Amino acid sequence: MVAFIVRRVIAAVLMLVIVSVATFAIFFLIPRALGQTPEGMASRYVGRDATPEAIQGAVKRLHLDEPLVVQYGRFAKGIVAGQEYSIGPRMVQCPAPCFGYSFNNNQPVWPTLLDRLPATLSLAIGAAIIWLVAGVSIGVISALRRGTLTDRLAMTVALAGVSLPIYFTGLVSLALFAYTLGIFPGGGSYTPFTEDPVMWFQALVLPWVTLAFLYAALYARLTRAGMLETMGEDYIRTARAKGLKERTVVSKHALRATLTPILTIFGLDVGLLLGGAVLTESTFSIPGIGKLVIDAIRGNDLPVVLGVTLFAAFFIVLANLVVDVLYAVVDPRVRLS
Amino acid sequence: MTTPSASPAPGSFLELRDLRIHFPTEDGLVKSVDGLSFRLERGKTLGIVGESGSGKSVTSLGILGLHKGGRAKISGEIWLDGEELVGASPDHVRTLRGKKMAMIFQDPLSSMHPFYTVGQQIIEAYRIHHNVSKAVARKHAIDMLGRVGIPQPDKRVDSFPHEFSGGMRQRAMIAMALSCDPELLIADEPTTALDVTVQAQILDLMLDLQREFNSALIIITHDLGVVAELSDDILVMYGGKCIEYGAAEDIFYRPEHPYTWGLLGSMPRLDREPTERLMPIKGTPPSLINVPSGCAFNPRCPYRERTGGKATTEVPQLVESDGGHLVRCHMPREERRAIWENEIKPMMEGS
Amino acid sequence: MRKTKALALAALGTALTMGLAACGGSAGGGGNNNTGTGNTGAASTAKHNDGYTKVVNPSDAKGGTLKFAYSDEPDSMDPGNTYYAWNWNFSRLYARPLLTYTAAPGEEGLKLVPDLAEGLGEASEDGKTWTYKLKKGIKYDDGTEVKAADVKYAIARSNFSAELTDGPKYFAEYLDAEGYEGPYKDKDLANFKGIETPDDYTIVFKLKAPFSEFDFLVANPQSAPVPQAKDTGLEYEKAVASTGPYKMESYEVGKQLNLVKNENWDPATDTTRKQLPDRIEVQFKQNAEDIDQRLLAGQVHADLGGTGVQPAARAKIVADPKLKDSTDNPYTPFNRYAMMSTKVAPFDNIDCRKAVQYATDQVATQAPWGGPLGGDIGSTLMTPTTVGYQQFDLFPNGADNKGDAAKAKESLSACGQPNGFETNIAVRGDRPKEVQVAEALQASLDKVGIKATIKKYPSGDWSAQYAGRPDFVHKNKLGIMIAGWGADWPSGFGFLSQIVDGRFIKDSGNYNMMELNDQAVNDLLDKGIQTTDAAERNKIWGEVDKKVMESAAFLPFVYEKTLLFRPSSLTNVYVHPAYGMYDYTWLGVQQ
Repeated sequence: MVAFIVRRVIAAVLMLVIVSVATFAIFFLIPRALGQTPEGMASRYVGRDATPEAIQGAVKRLHLDEPLVVQYGRFAKGIVAGQEYSIGPRMVQCPAPCFGYSFNNNQPVWPTLLDRLPATLSLAIGAAIIWLVAGVSIGVISALRRGTLTDRLAMTVALAGVSLPIYFTGLVSLALFAYTLGIFPGGGSYTPFTEDPVMWFQALVLPWVTLAFLYAALYARLTRAGMLETMGEDYIRTARAKGLKERTVVSKHALRATLTPILTIFGLDVGLLLGGAVLTESTFSIPGIGKLVIDAIRGNDLPVVLGVTLFAAFFIVLANLVVDVLYAVVDPRVRLS
Repeated sequence: MTTPSASPAPGSFLELRDLRIHFPTEDGLVKSVDGLSFRLERGKTLGIVGESGSGKSVTSLGILGLHKGGRAKISGEIWLDGEELVGASPDHVRTLRGKKMAMIFQDPLSSMHPFYTVGQQIIEAYRIHHNVSKAVARKHAIDMLGRVGIPQPDKRVDSFPHEFSGGMRQRAMIAMALSCDPELLIADEPTTALDVTVQAQILDLMLDLQREFNSALIIITHDLGVVAELSDDILVMYGGKCIEYGAAEDIFYRPEHPYTWGLLGSMPRLDREPTERLMPIKGTPPSLINVPSGCAFNPRCPYRERTGGKATTEVPQLVESDGGHLVRCHMPREERRAIWENEIKPMMEGS
Repeated sequence: MRKTKALALAALGTALTMGLAACGGSAGGGGNNNTGTGNTGAASTAKHNDGYTKVVNPSDAKGGTLKFAYSDEPDSMDPGNTYYAWNWNFSRLYARPLLTYTAAPGEEGLKLVPDLAEGLGEASEDGKTWTYKLKKGIKYDDGTEVKAADVKYAIARSNFSAELTDGPKYFAEYLDAEGYEGPYKDKDLANFKGIETPDDYTIVFKLKAPFSEFDFLVANPQSAPVPQAKDTGLEYEKAVASTGPYKMESYEVGKQLNLVKNENWDPATDTTRKQLPDRIEVQFKQNAEDIDQRLLAGQVHADLGGTGVQPAARAKIVADPKLKDSTDNPYTPFNRYAMMSTKVAPFDNIDCRKAVQYATDQVATQAPWGGPLGGDIGSTLMTPTTVGYQQFDLFPNGADNKGDAAKAKESLSACGQPNGFETNIAVRGDRPKEVQVAEALQASLDKVGIKATIKKYPSGDWSAQYAGRPDFVHKNKLGIMIAGWGADWPSGFGFLSQIVDGRFIKDSGNYNMMELNDQAVNDLLDKGIQTTDAAERNKIWGEVDKKVMESAAFLPFVYEKTLLFRPSSLTNVYVHPAYGMYDYTWLGVQQ
């Protein structure tokens, strides 16, 4: 197991390097290959109708005129050893790990990521708990009452949940619960837990439910399908033949087997969300990683895009590792080697 | 065996009276078991033989009450040690399952939960019916594993099913079924997944254990060879019905139903080349929804022409041929016996 | 990959929210008691567009928190480093330039008044030297006094440094400061010769050439003073030395800005601002659709961007007269138009250009902007809120503006193309409204036999690579290009010079896409900018406008308008014409 984890960590680091090179290439190499000049790229980061001098200044400041290898080297070195950066009257030190500064608002990327992480964590974990509990419960009930009205109703709602975009469900829930009924605060009211736990909770209820709705729908369908399959397994018949109560058969025997594959999907989904729940964060104006990256992409803010990509990739790799290890723990047939 | 009447509890340990288990489906009513009756005493062994889909497994699950609460429509009576089970509450039947009656399933790999150790699964079975601590139950489990011939049971108790060989797994399955000293043991294809030497060991083990516990044993199989040595009585099922019933000797030496002849003819025998199957049964098992009119076996029966047209128009009755030997066939008894003596038996022995 | 998917989803979401309007937040409903500012207070009797002509909800009540929300973030909150229109309005809350605009709706609001300065600029005989006197005793929020050198320093840093690249560079362009490298490379301010400060209260600007509209330049926030010791360059936006009624309490970039009262602001020195709310809070990067919902529910007071509500809310407002009474529909500084290249056949012939002028259905080209609420049908270069605007229509295209086919045919014959011709319409493909305009134009032209093909180009490189490159335009025969223009200051010169001056035709980044190089036009521009008499000067801008329109190369679509919503809890609301949005320095909130 230890050797396995060590090997996976090394693979993960290599993976992150590849991701960073690929992201770098997408935002720097491809534009260049398509004939974009350093000045053309720099013109995005200066004011409108900027003078050639101002554009040249930006080219120099952002090092856009340097060969790509040098630019990437600077980026990589910054992560390991930090970097110096001019804010005008003086140089400032960007300590390692330095992912550089935003092209658009000059903020250092790493502290920004750390600043945005709690919001994304709050959103993702809260929603994950809701959708896991709700999705699995609904899926199990649906499977056990297969073909009944309850099952059909649940699956219709689940279909809606999978099909409706968060952009829509989010705004509708805000309109209804925040602005008409006034039960929950409106958009943009996210408050860090450390500042005001009550407000933190109230502001996150709608985003949690909205995000969880989508996933719960998915998980309900997965659980239902898995449960139906499991309930037809021979070992369930065996469990019943032993004289176990049906409740025990479902909770101890069927659920355990059904949940194992779902838990691995769950781990990956949560890992993915820690890299930012783009649509939910955008809809509810939550200052998380997802909101950060979508704005960065729209604004061609390369250092931020690069930073978030690596951050997200890290979580995905981590989630994969955790899931693999967990799977081995849960399913004795799997051995890590 | 006679047509059951609404009589009080029988003297037999297990008695089925006109058991019917039907499943409504979108395509129609599936009559998996359609009027089955038999008796079984303690210490005796009944072999139920038939092709897949003949209703033998449904019957065994029906006895255990595992169709209760589902979509199945069940009628008739199942008497176990003086108690009627068809009309009993599902929860009451559940308390009997595993304790009074237990089952050994085919393919122990899929029949045991992959995520729990063999020990955990035996312990669970034991503790359902015995209010004991886990430690006590574990000791019992180790004991049971030892009794079914698993070496180093104190270590193997913590192994998972996939860590066992096929034969060991079947032994573990038996240990689990026997953990509560059941009085009725049903073994559904207990050796099908095993190779021949292991088959023999397992069958011997089951017989030994049956004697030790003095339980009634039902062995369900498609293979007459398996039941030949074990069974006192044999019941041949076809299309949800019993088509021949009798003592093992009757079935093996004086079979009267063309289907039974087919089964015997398809039996692999060591004194015969494997390719020389004399009497393969042609065709496929009947649909249980659109059962062939008349005799269910008629489309596959080589002797249908000898029934005077009754084969397709009239359902034959199960009629006593000799003492306790029942046959469901339109052909007169003498003709059946003549065919067996003159046509079938010589062919089987002649080779 | 992620980008495409997210954007596609976002687009889908936007489309769906159009349908959401009907079930959106209830107007003026209770809102949330915890966070809502309440919208049920005094019932407003104001009507639609009242804020355009008068002050709605006048009140001197102090206190409360004024809440803004904004869907984006600014380039910078540093007054010296911002080019965002709303920020030139908003930054006045904490940064006072030398001059500013009169605080009044309508034409009055386009007049400049002294702010930090004692009076308007005094130009020298030759128009190349402009002198401003600072009011005495004006203090920063830390209590120190504003000195002339701080204004000089502010302009040096904002116009001559490589770091502050976001604001305009007019001072670098007009001041005579050859070779100056900016205060970050050259720490000695004395080397900046473009501005002289003979004493602590006098600022003298030295220009390369006469420039009669210099007063407009010092009304931009870059003339707000910055003490050299306080300057932290790119970080300065987080701690601006305030001269206005508010100062920064905290600023989390991309998230939240909080302003509190500046006790060292003296209202006696300030004729244009109020100081009513106790606090001003701005949330950045908020969902645009949700901002509208919050506005309608009274949970925020104004959309900081000032560009109006989104389509979903617009549909809802239009359908509800009561809601509509809480809106104003002002002009933005933008004209939306097409330019015909005089260097691409057959548009080198004026009659072919005229044919397009007559053929265009301007009602159809108005529709993509949102119909009459989105803009008035135009017939000139300058918009109605530009100083010097004169109304005229040289190419009447039917009584209903839906095109005059007969006259178009006549022009086609005169051009020698009686059966029409083929041409291309270039458009920024990622701007849906402009694409719709191109399609409407295409349909208009088709009716008179002009077959136009629409060519789409990305907006990012539109000016640098495509429509802004004459050689590209010629090679690809881009006869018609869909564009828009808004001036940095509301005068004819500010609006016209970049887009009509023949000497500004550039190889790349060209805005005079007509490639109109008319000596008469160029001379009029020179004459105007040297004319110190404002009335005389404004007349000249009108002449320039007419001259360019006579060329028939400029095809106006609409003078753009926005739909601003004012919650009833907002007091002292009026549309400031210089910014085309509410005057943020006047707003108060009802408790």
